[in-house]
Formats: sequence, structure tokens, C-alpha cells
Amino acid sequence: MMQLISLLMENKPGALMRVTGLLTARGYNIESLTVARTTDPALSRMSILVDVEPHQKALVIKQMSRLVNVLQAADLSEAPAARRELLLARIKAPLPNRAAILKEAEIFGARAIDSSPEGFVLEVTSEGEKLDEFIEILGHYGELEVTRSGMVAVPLEPKKLKLSRPREVGPALETEPAGANR
Amino acid sequence: MNDKTGHFRGEVMNGARMLLECLAREQVDCIFGYPGGVTLPFYDAMYDHPIRHVLVRHEQNAAFAASGYARATGRVGVCCATSGPGATNLVTGLVDSLMDSIPVVAITGQVATRLIGSDAFQEADTFGITRSCTKHNYLVKNLADLPQIVHEAFHIASSGRPGPVLVDIAKDVFQGQGRYEPVSAIHLPGYKVVVDGHAGQVRRAAQMMWEAERPLVYAGGGIIAAAAHEELRELVEALDAPAVCTLMGLGGLSSGHPNFISMPGMHGSYAANMAMTETDLLIALGVRFDDRVTGRLSAFAPKARVIHVDIDPAEIGKNRAADIPIVGDVKRVLKRLTQSLAETKDEMRAAGGAARKAWKRQVRGWMEEHPLTPEVSADEIKPQHLMAEIDRLSGGEAIVTVDVGQHQMWAAQFIRFHHPRLWINSGGLGAMGFGLPSAMGAQFAHPDRLVFSIVGDGGFQMSVPELATIVNHGLPLKIIIMNNGYLGMVRQWQELFYNNRLSSVQLDNFPDAALLAAAYGFRGRTIEHPRELAPALEECIQEPGPYLLNVRVTPFENVYPMVPAGAAIHEMVLRPPQPVEA
Ligand SMILES: Cc1ncc(C[n+]2csc(CCOP(=O)(O)OP(=O)(O)O)c2C)c(N)n1
Ligand SMILES: [Mg+2]
Repeated sequence: MMQLISLLMENKPGALMRVTGLLTARGYNIESLTVARTTDPALSRMSILVDVEPHQKALVIKQMSRLVNVLQAADLSEAPAARRELLLARIKAPLPNRAAILKEAEIFGARAIDSSPEGFVLEVTSEGEKLDEFIEILGHYGELEVTRSGMVAVPLEPKKLKLSRPREVGPALETEPAGANR
Repeated sequence: MNDKTGHFRGEVMNGARMLLECLAREQVDCIFGYPGGVTLPFYDAMYDHPIRHVLVRHEQNAAFAASGYARATGRVGVCCATSGPGATNLVTGLVDSLMDSIPVVAITGQVATRLIGSDAFQEADTFGITRSCTKHNYLVKNLADLPQIVHEAFHIASSGRPGPVLVDIAKDVFQGQGRYEPVSAIHLPGYKVVVDGHAGQVRRAAQMMWEAERPLVYAGGGIIAAAAHEELRELVEALDAPAVCTLMGLGGLSSGHPNFISMPGMHGSYAANMAMTETDLLIALGVRFDDRVTGRLSAFAPKARVIHVDIDPAEIGKNRAADIPIVGDVKRVLKRLTQSLAETKDEMRAAGGAARKAWKRQVRGWMEEHPLTPEVSADEIKPQHLMAEIDRLSGGEAIVTVDVGQHQMWAAQFIRFHHPRLWINSGGLGAMGFGLPSAMGAQFAHPDRLVFSIVGDGGFQMSVPELATIVNHGLPLKIIIMNNGYLGMVRQWQELFYNNRLSSVQLDNFPDAALLAAAYGFRGRTIEHPRELAPALEECIQEPGPYLLNVRVTPFENVYPMVPAGAAIHEMVLRPPQPVEA
């Protein structure tokens, strides 16, 4: 079943791999994944949509939370959350079709961000299913190429973030006379 | 420059030397490793540094030795390997430590930063390869990051649920010159360790314990990791409950304790598995409900409510839902639990008191009904007999490392451990080749202790080259080969479940042990008659140096009791099928 996971993590090399590794090790297919840094450039927010076995849902979240680089992991599958996905579509639009295409775009709240004699580039943000419908409809008008951002989500209620405090490193050892490994 | 926070504050040195300063601050006294091209600067720095380097004969054994050192002491074990093949050779040892939650720091060399990604000579993606083999890992490309990372690595390895951490260091970082400023603090905002259990949950757990009629303590490796053995004993005595220790928890409660039953699970005793099945309150302490313990999960402890204490929240509810989950350091939680039991003793003890007495009698009855008694024969050495003799000499006090297979299970069944950190085995990964190098690590940590390394004829042959290391350092290891001529555990399964079609399990051409030992410059001997057993073991432990005792045992003995794969643990097979009389 589809699980929507939201993670707050350190913006460090390898952090992404640790998270996805937990999923790929189980042979899961990641449906979509987006990651970008937050207002604090040291942190990133990641949204993952992944097909998991139901009995593994809770464990996956716990195992993600336990990663050193992960500050917070939450399952938003059922939680109240705002979900959005961005779609960019390039569509071939010969003259007779142009007005109709723009009309459809309007219905779906899409706008044209590029226009050329060959066609348009359309942009729309929505929840996933709406985008599927939009693609369906546009398909009737002509050749279509789409790029989707994957789902991003934010929980409607803030979750309290518990962070560890810095920790002192112990004092130095008195070293003994040199030359142990000659 | 020589002040309280670091000897060489402000001194210019290379990265290799800086690494050694950090290791010294972490109180490392010994590194198990193997040099190579990119670690040359590090080995050069070690040349006149007081930290001892032990040259093993294969990197896998460096990782196992570090694990043995850590298991025997509770301190972080350190191993080191060069880039490429050196690093890949460490992998099995790292996974072993990961599965058994053993604190190890592995240092690997990496090709120079400008060469990373170019398929340079001996380049491997160590950071990627070991991501899933470690609790955490690092790739160091800047000298400025090195001290911070090393201290983080030690903190992560040794805190919370311990585990291996790998630090992959590019050659130019080892070589680069910089001013050494000792790190005063590390900050890992996302690394959360909960140590104090929830007070309300602890109180509820104590109450549930008093109410229980058939409580059973199920203690695991977490007790050893947390050094909670005293607290465990106090709890067991306060409640006067019977207790089992898992394969990883042996020694957590002394085998001599009157409440101790044995190990449970696939090769656990009848009493332990029956107690697990009949208990109405399973007090699970630092365990992970491993499949080798639970058998068929749906039939495991079917009558029990569960109190589960573990420092790793991901373990709680993973295989079995807990009625009272308590996340915390099992040592601290047990202290409070016992306190809480004491506070409520007068009002509550009566609750399940009489029933608990009857329960103890019942457990005792099971132990008497099917005790673990070693087989003994007049003309062959039975493997169980060998273990019983080693047990007699150890008296619960010697360090015993084992490899993986039948001998491991018999050793767990018949050798007593009166203290934690005496029993050293590869539990979770079950990695053959572990027994001998882990014993080296344990003996380095405890040069004056009696250390037995009991290995199978299969696993021994995976680690033969380390005989050189052992002689080299005069380690007085007592290496006992339980030689059944087979990959015994696999042969047992082929006999029982594959119509005895013995496919590639016979170990022919085992070398002459006396000659083999002599070739390395120490003493060894082969025995095969029961009357030789006791004297040969005596001779072995009298020998001031290492000794190789090859014991030819009955080849076709099987380990019982045995829970067949997929069965419930009370459905164990207690003994081989008896011949039917005509
Ligand atoms: C590295 C590795 N390879 C294979 C196995 C599978 N395996 C488990 S037990 C065993 C047989 C071990 O034989 P031996 O060392 O002679 O011990 P015995 O069972 O005879 O006591 C094997 C091959 C393993 N555990 N580890
Ligand atoms: Mg064997």
C-alpha cells in the first residue's frame, strides 16, 4: 500500500542514500521522492511516496527515525496534511487547438508558462489524482510530454521537534613513551 | 601546548597523526589492521606512536578481532584496512557487529579526493558499500573535519544501541598538514538516545509483575551491552521469577543462579521453551524476539502479556506487540523496576504469590523431566562430552569464543557462564570464521585470562592464517577444534530435512593438527578416544602458550532439542528417532 513519508534530515552527503536504502533493502519501489533544503541550509525536508507492505509501515518509520542524520520521520499517509504535486507539461498545439487547450488548462487551474508556434508549456500544482485527470484530457489534444515533481507534503499540525544537545568530548589521555609498533 | 584538553593543541601535524591523537583521546590502546597503499601515511604515523597495532593476516579477522575485543570488554574495538580490497574484506565483520550491536570503529583508507570516482587503483565505494553494514559511516574529504568525525564515530558506536561505525579517509587527508585543535564537543542533533524509561510505564510494569502468576524473564544481549547484569539479578530475585538468557545474553544472569533455566529457542532446552510457551507474563529485557528464539511467531508465548524494555524504539513491537513498551537503557529501567517492585511489595506480593510458587515448581519439573545432559560414550568422544569437560575446567569463569555450527550450540547448552562478557559468539549473523579471530581480540583485552576458542573443523579452516598472529604475539589461546569431519550443522539439516542426501558437507583432508601447530611453532595434538579427553584438555591449559587441540568426535551426532523451521518452540524434537525394537 502507498505510504507517504515526510522526513526532516541533515543536508549531508549520503543522507538520502541511508533513507532510500531502508526501502530498497526491502525490495520496495519508490513511487516519488523529493528533497530540498529548508530555511536552515543545514537541513533538508524529504517527501517519499512508496509502496510498502502494510505490516512494515510503522517499522520503516522507526528505522528511519533511528538514522543518525534524520531529525524527524513522520507517516503522513493518514495524517491531516497538505499534499501537492507540480506538473510541467509540454504540449504540441497547432493553431486550431490552442484556445481549447488553454480553456482546459483554466479548468484545472493550470497556466501557460511558455508559448511558441509549436505549442505550450503548462504548469499546474495539485493533489496527485487531479494531475492524472489533466494528463488524460490533454492527451486528447495532441503529443504530450510531462514532468512531475512527485508529492510534497506538510502536516497540518506542527510536530514538536526533539533534538539532541551537544556533547562534550572526554579529556586527553597521557600518552606513554613512543615506539610501540617499530 | 600540552594542556588538559589535548597534548598537541595548536601543533602542526598531518592528518594521520591527528587521527592518532583523536584515537588516544578515545582511550584506544589497540588497533587490529592490515596496511596498504593509501594507509601508508597512517602506518608511518603509528610507527612511533604508543597505540599498539596488531597485524592480522586478513582484514576480515581484523574486524572480528575488534569485535572480540569489544565483546570481552564493552569498550570500542578498532580495526583498520586499506582502500578497495582491504575495505571490502572488512564487510562480513562489520555486519556481524551490526547484527549483534557491538561497538566497533573501522578506519579505512580511500584514494585521494581528486581520484575518487575515477576508478583509480584500489578504489571502491566503501562509503556506499558499508552504508547498510554499519550503524553509521563517514567519508572524510577534508582534514578540518577529521577530528570531529572521529569523535562522533566513537560516540555513535558506543552509545544507545551500540554498533559499528566506519570512517573512510582519503589519502590526501592523511597526508595533509594542519593545526591540531582538539575537539571539545560534538553535536548530532538527529541522534536520539532515550535512556530513562517512562516512569508511569515502569510503575505499571511492576504492578503487572506482581499480578502475574507465571512470569518469565527473557534476557538478551542488551543486558550485556548495558552492563545490567546486577540489576537483572536483583529483579529476578525480587520477583523470584524463572529466567532464560538468549544466545546473546548468556552470562547476563549467572548460569549458576537458581532461577536460571537455560537458553531458549531453536536449540534451547525443553524447560526454557515450555516456560516461554506457558508464561502469562514475558518480561523481555534487551531482546529482539529473534526468529531463532521465537520459532513460529504466531504460536510464540501465546498466553503471555509482554513487557518489553529496549533502548532501540525500532525493536519494540517489531516482531511481537508489547503490552507495556519501555524505551530506555535497560540498566536504568531495571533499577527503577526493582525499586518499584520493592515499594509495592507489601500490598501486591500476595496477588500472584501462591501461583508463582507453583509456577517455579512446574519449571523445575520441566528441567528435571528433560534436562540437558551430555551424551557420553565409552569408545567415541561425543561432542557434548567435550563441552562438558571444557565446562568442568572453566567452572563458569573462562572466556569462551566459538565459531558457528553445531559446536556453537552444544557449547551454549553445556558451558556455564557465571559472568557477562565471557561468552563470545556471532549470534545474529552466524558468521563462520569468527571464533578464532574474536578470541585474539578477547585475549588482547585480557592477556591473563583463560580463553578457549572452540571452533568447528569448517570454521577453523576459514581462519587458519591467524595462527601466525597468535604465535607472533604469544597469545596463550586454547584452540579446541570440535572435529566431526563435516559442516555439521548443514549436514544435520540435510539428514533431517533432505533425506540425508549429504551434498558438499564432508570436510576431507583436514590437516594434522600437531604438524600444523608445529609448522607455526607451537604445540598441538589430535585425540579421538574418550579416555584421552580430560588429560589432553589439562595439558592444553597447562601449556603457557597457545595450544591447538583437535578433538575427533562422533561425526553423525545431531543437536537436540531442535525446533524444526516453521514449528512452534514447544513442538521441539527432543532426541533422535529411537530404533524400533522388533
Ligand atoms: C561464512 C559462512 N558460510 C556458511 C555458513 C553456513 N553454515 C552454518 S553452520 C555451517 C557448518 C559449520 O561447520 P563446522 O565449522 O565444521 O562446525 P560444526 O557445525 O560441524 O560444528 C555452515 C556451512 C555460515 N554460517 N557462515
Ligand atoms: Mg564440523
